[in-house]
Amino acid sequence: MLTKRIIPCLDVKNGRTVKGINFEGLADVGDPVELGARYALEGADELVYLDISASREGRGTFTRLVEKVADRVNIPFTVGGGISSLADAAALLDAGADKISINSAAVRDPQLISDIAERYGSQFVVVAIDARSGDDGEWHVTTHGGSRLTDRLLFPWAREAQERGAGEILFTSMDHDGTRAGYPCDLYRRLTSSLSIPVIASGGAGSPADIADVLTLGGADAALAASIFHYGEITIRDLKTLLAQRGIPVRI
Amino acid sequence: MIAIIDYSTGNLRSVENALSRIGAEWTLTADPDTIRRADRVLLPGVGHCGEALARLRETSLDSVIRDLRRPVLGICVGMQMMCRDTAEGDAEGLGIFDSHVRRFVPGPADKVPHMGWNSIHNLEKGLFKGIPGGSYVYYVHSYYAHLCPDTIATTRFGEEGMMFSAALKYENFYGTQFHPEKSGDIGEKILRNFLSL
Repeated sequence: MLTKRIIPCLDVKNGRTVKGINFEGLADVGDPVELGARYALEGADELVYLDISASREGRGTFTRLVEKVADRVNIPFTVGGGISSLADAAALLDAGADKISINSAAVRDPQLISDIAERYGSQFVVVAIDARSGDDGEWHVTTHGGSRLTDRLLFPWAREAQERGAGEILFTSMDHDGTRAGYPCDLYRRLTSSLSIPVIASGGAGSPADIADVLTLGGADAALAASIFHYGEITIRDLKTLLAQRGIPVRI
Repeated sequence: MIAIIDYSTGNLRSVENALSRIGAEWTLTADPDTIRRADRVLLPGVGHCGEALARLRETSLDSVIRDLRRPVLGICVGMQMMCRDTAEGDAEGLGIFDSHVRRFVPGPADKVPHMGWNSIHNLEKGLFKGIPGGSYVYYVHSYYAHLCPDTIATTRFGEEGMMFSAALKYENFYGTQFHPEKSGDIGEKILRNFLSL
């Protein structure tokens, strides 16, 4: 049966991995290609590379990096960060990315989802949604890393993204992101049951048990994490073994 | 030399990269003579099956492919195009595999596209030589080929759902619904097997 996916996320700035500790046998932990290949070897199901360069030079470096990743890594990978047009998406597809992730640009111009999906297929389009709870009890979509509140609400926006052709939703609760206190599993359950496309959980994992919870109680199809892998708290292989022991289908 | 059939503007880079990683020489081509002369032919799949078939027919590559006598491997939509027909674009296929391509019906816990790593079973030797049953491969698709006498590997959609054709074979023609070029070491082994058939 289809397994739940474990996806390490690598933040890249000017061609270098931003977070990360020294893995045994890995010469350069700042090299996104080496680190990605290492994660693939450890059993990562996919990789996400997030470009956090603000500069134009950084963008060019990122595209060349995507080519190197595509040459080397034999599992699927998604790239995101700063994609705001069909041309941006096309350049990354040509460089060898399997999927692109769009966030703020999709909120600003929802037609972008439709355009990319029609041109390159739904499998190529991940729509990332960052939301936080308001005092009105609703979940409000934010952009620019959670710093800007929009007038969109999580559930209608996720459904619109699906209808426009998104292949997956990557959802982060900004209330939980960075807290390491676990995911909002009830919210994930509501989201996953209201959509027919896969949902990737992101932001909030402090332990393997948190990841297990969001994949079971939350119904998420995949979990994306950064810190717990980069800082070597647990290897992907050990995490998957723990998930398997809880009866969660994973590829080992 | 391996010919990768270039019938569209789609991205064939992942197939090229996978062949390079296993040390194979390839050429990307739409030229009928180059395709006929190749030792192995790869028909990758990108995008919409009906439209991809239309592009093959526009360039008469459909009959070139059907007449090939050396091993041919269709991947994903490439495999689907080699079936009898497809519901994606309601198009007639190349009619090599005795299977029909239909859309998955999503269930409460069964998402469409069927995306991610799933296990392959009932493997026939040859393409799957040395691959243990239950190995995981990477899928991303919304349409599937139903089981038929040409099925040489199966995968289950959903927890207790239906089985579909993970791979098909008819004479020198092979097809995989999954993406060997994205399926880690197992995928590379399957590609190597194809090259040594």
